Amino acid sequence: MPSTFDTVANIISETCDIPRETIKPESHAINDLGIDSLDFLDIAFAIDKAFGIKMPLEQWTQEVNDGKATTEQYFQLNNLCTRIDELVAAKGA
Amino acid sequence: MRIEYFQLIDRIVDLDLAQQTIRTEARVPTASTIFEGHFPGFPLMPGVLLIEAMAQTSGWLVIAVTKFTRMPFFAALKEAKLRSFITPGQTLSLSAKLLHEGSGFAVTSAEIRCDGKLACNAEITFRLVEFPNPEFRAAMERMAATLEFPTGALAHG
Repeated sequence: MPSTFDTVANIISETCDIPRETIKPESHAINDLGIDSLDFLDIAFAIDKAFGIKMPLEQWTQEVNDGKATTEQYFQLNNLCTRIDELVAAKGA
Repeated sequence: MRIEYFQLIDRIVDLDLAQQTIRTEARVPTASTIFEGHFPGFPLMPGVLLIEAMAQTSGWLVIAVTKFTRMPFFAALKEAKLRSFITPGQTLSLSAKLLHEGSGFAVTSAEIRCDGKLACNAEITFRLVEFPNPEFRAAMERMAATLEFPTGALAHG
């Protein structure tokens, strides 16, 4: 079974046509990979479908806009994968 | 339909906030300068304007769901299929369903039927922003009244 990161990296690679080998756990989706909000919406839909979750994108965006969170907390891929794992665990709880 | 003014729908027929769906209708004019060029001797409703008609139908749904606090702007189009020719004088039944709203975006699935037959469909993404200025919002409210936008539905939605 692929890791959360592998699944997410494959989705990003396919959705945004980014070479898979350039996508690392420490990559920041926006700052390093150049993914904009419109593309990230497609990525979020694909992640939701792959993991059977619903990422609270609006809440995350609001927290970043309000200065309560940094973009790294949600959009650096290793952190994003942790958030996804938490949502998957919460779903099964 | 006032094609030259980009008013591509005539009336909101139904708005269901619980189901997050909308239905509108539009009649393609029998004459327009657009048909003189598209195409000479073979007038057809341009596919891009059919897509715009689906976007406007979807847009009113998004405006309703966000209770007139956000203006949707066309951001992306997926899986657009133009399945049959639409000609001057035909009446179109348009509908849209909200698939997503949040994080500054909305996504809808929209379609147009003509004589009960599916004529085109697409998935449309909108960027949601605050109304740029009071004049624009007032113009949209006037347009809503023209289209019989069921303002009462918002209070109960």
